[in-house]
Amino acid sequence: MDATAYNSIAGILTLAVLYGLHLMSSVKTAVRGNLVCALAMSAGIMMTMYKDHAFASPVLCTAIAVGMVFGLFLSNTVKMIQMPQLVAFLHGLGGGTAAFVGLVILLDIGVANAFERVSACLALAAGMITIAGSFVAAGKLHQLLPQKPLILPGHGILANAILAVMGAAFVMHAFALDTLALFAVFLLFTAGLAFGIVFTMRVGGADMPITISLLNSLGGTSSAIAGFAVGDPLLIAIGGIIGSSGFMLTRIMCRAMNRKLVSILLGESSVALGAQDPAASVSSAPIAPKPADGENKAASWLTCAGKVIIVPGYGMALAQAQHRIKQLADMLKGRGASVSYAIHPVAGRMPGHMNVLLAEASVEYEQLLEMDAANPLFAEADLVLVVGANDVVNPAAMEAKDTPIYGMPILRVDEAKRVIICNYDDKPGYAGVENSLYRRDGVILIQGDAASVLERLIAML
Amino acid sequence: MSPFILICVFVVAFLLGYRIISNVPSLLHTPLMSGMNALSGVIVLGALTATTLAGSPLSVLLGAVGVALAITNVFGGFDVTHKMLRMIEGKNRQKRARPELLDA
Repeated sequence: MDATAYNSIAGILTLAVLYGLHLMSSVKTAVRGNLVCALAMSAGIMMTMYKDHAFASPVLCTAIAVGMVFGLFLSNTVKMIQMPQLVAFLHGLGGGTAAFVGLVILLDIGVANAFERVSACLALAAGMITIAGSFVAAGKLHQLLPQKPLILPGHGILANAILAVMGAAFVMHAFALDTLALFAVFLLFTAGLAFGIVFTMRVGGADMPITISLLNSLGGTSSAIAGFAVGDPLLIAIGGIIGSSGFMLTRIMCRAMNRKLVSILLGESSVALGAQDPAASVSSAPIAPKPADGENKAASWLTCAGKVIIVPGYGMALAQAQHRIKQLADMLKGRGASVSYAIHPVAGRMPGHMNVLLAEASVEYEQLLEMDAANPLFAEADLVLVVGANDVVNPAAMEAKDTPIYGMPILRVDEAKRVIICNYDDKPGYAGVENSLYRRDGVILIQGDAASVLERLIAML
Repeated sequence: MSPFILICVFVVAFLLGYRIISNVPSLLHTPLMSGMNALSGVIVLGALTATTLAGSPLSVLLGAVGVALAITNVFGGFDVTHKMLRMIEGKNRQKRARPELLDA
């Protein structure tokens, strides 16, 4: 296949992918958009296999078959609640492959010019950061690793030192003799691995959506860089698209938490200094349930409410309470109440996490409101039901200047007349800031597992 | 192709992608991300090319592992995105189906 034909087809396939992504901007066309992307991708793979005569290679055909089986196995066994870790894990695989490509080029094929050399080195380093970071993130989300942020003494200095080693390895590979070049490859490999781990280990809880988006962007960019090294325009274009998507999501997440991208790259955590162990609020034993009169009152409020807004948070995901929420909402609707859902952009552990869980419970997507659409409605609502959300409804974000969440846009639950909060306990959320909402008039806090609390409320209605 | 053109391809793809993806509502951000997972399997193109060019058995092995990982992304990613989108979209269908069920 000559280069012009390949490049033309690559251009057409890139446009097809962009068209598919354009279709993803509406629920009605999104399924088709995904199929268009999948078709364009299959065509690209076929074309490259044809160009490189890979169909004749039993090793490569086996590798493809193995990947197919493993991929379909993953997609057919994953539960919606495990989506964040699956996405993080798959980011890692993409980054890892970019690193492998860099390795093969540097160690075996060799580079023709300085551009390819730099690209291959960068692909190796960025790919290693992506795979290490993504696997740590996936391990945390899957609870194989401790959930709480792990911060080493001199964490920032350590991260910078690793970056310095990486920079030195680049220089070494560019200028040094062949023997040192091999050592430089080794350094790039290990420094990338170490930086990925060091960068992600101090991330937990509410910082996870930002980190996952960032790794998404990095994974795409490392693919594009690997594309520079092998001179493949299709790989570069798609890698660039993925990089931009991850970058856009990262910006949205940063804005939703009032954080600057730079400070996250430098590794500031959004946890308050001296805050208690954030994991404790999840793992400690539940406090003795509050007197049942709180629940009775909540049930009577639910009975007479006409306009209800439900605010879900990560606690809903942990308790798998989305089905109970749907059940409760159906009962309220049966009594003539209107029910909608207000979703904060960083609720949960990845962008859009709450939407997917509620969709799993068959909540119609028209009822899911974004923060800007929901906020004017709280003042008119008769009742707000908060399920497992804390920091995203904490008025301290507007009132308490010295807290880490100050300035973060929140859902204005504080404006509602009546609020029922079903949270695990009354401890501060991930950011470690006391929630003054808990002690306001017109607010009932029911502590305990959200699913069982909702079950009791449903029984009382 | 010259490095300059390749870099231009990257920049144009990044900017076009950014424009188009900005229109995706936050409701669909999880499927968007898993769709991006699937697309990031595009690195399989690099892995295929590198493996066919490679000489030593070790490199071929590394490359083949890379191909398998990337194909996992492609198939796992697109399939799970499809399932998720069907789930999100599905309610509409159910809602439409419900009155018919009542009639029956």
